[in-house]
Amino acid sequence: MEFALTTLGNQPLIAAVEVGKHLTWQLGPLSVHGQTMITTWVVMLLLIGLTFIGTRKLQRVPSGLQNFLEYAYDLLASIARNQIGEKQYRAWVPLIGTIFLFVLFANWLGQLPLRLFHIPEGELASPTNDINTTVALSLIALVSYIYAGLRKSGLGYFKHYFESPILAAVWVLEFFTRPLSLSIRLFGNILAEELVVAVLILLVPILVPVPLMILFLLTGAIQALVFSTLTASYVGEAVEDHDDHH
Amino acid sequence: MNDITAAASVIAAALAVGLAAIGPGIGQGNAASKAAEGIARQPEAEGKIRGTLLLSLAFMESLTIYGLLVSIVLLFANPFRG
Repeated sequence: MEFALTTLGNQPLIAAVEVGKHLTWQLGPLSVHGQTMITTWVVMLLLIGLTFIGTRKLQRVPSGLQNFLEYAYDLLASIARNQIGEKQYRAWVPLIGTIFLFVLFANWLGQLPLRLFHIPEGELASPTNDINTTVALSLIALVSYIYAGLRKSGLGYFKHYFESPILAAVWVLEFFTRPLSLSIRLFGNILAEELVVAVLILLVPILVPVPLMILFLLTGAIQALVFSTLTASYVGEAVEDHDDHH
Repeated sequence: MNDITAAASVIAAALAVGLAAIGPGIGQGNAASKAAEGIARQPEAEGKIRGTLLLSLAFMESLTIYGLLVSIVLLFANPFRG
């Protein structure tokens, strides 16, 4: 469905809100959402380029970009350390950090005026505006915390499923609701942000949406923090010693 | 889509987001007031309290977002379009 606003006297269209319209590409047997692919690659290029430039000519006393990157690393490591624990957080910093940075940059990319670039159908927006991206991210989280649990305690990781039939139902339910709520939370928040901005632009195109867009920079960062913290805490629960647990 | 379905979808969308905002609203109010109390009692813990508060507010927020998602589906991707 599409809402359109035309100014008085049938001027041409100035703004429109559209949801669920995608530029579809056919790659072999797969059909992919083109605008999500484009923005995902832009985010990846930004992240890889930034770290590549920042890690040339490493110095013992960092300055400039290297300093900033080390600060960012400390932040990411502290997310993992708080949830997983001092002993074994180090192996999980790459996963948690990648999730955090990807989601953060993806959310912030959506606040740029991307709709100025016209593509044949749909419009450019955050990659996290597409539920396929967020489901993929949450499946990565699911697979990695199951892997962590299996590596820690072998098949004993699934022991708690067999303790009592009622609790087993709860555990099975939790198994499915974790990735579901992870993905829906991120997707819904970002979609809601972009809808609010689109509706405001539809009503007042100039200046009025700016404070909200600044607010959405904050909420985008918080969503990235929530996603990575939750992933870290699931991993942490899987790798912790089971003696004092449940 | 016939008229009845369209009208019912719009009302359902409004109810979904409106009702879903009640509980999280109360919860976020409680959380924020307790956090303010905590900061007043122990100002040196402000950073930690703020971090925890923001994180838990995001969790409550997501409940409203679920309602919003249902209403967005009803408005933009209605399965009963026919």
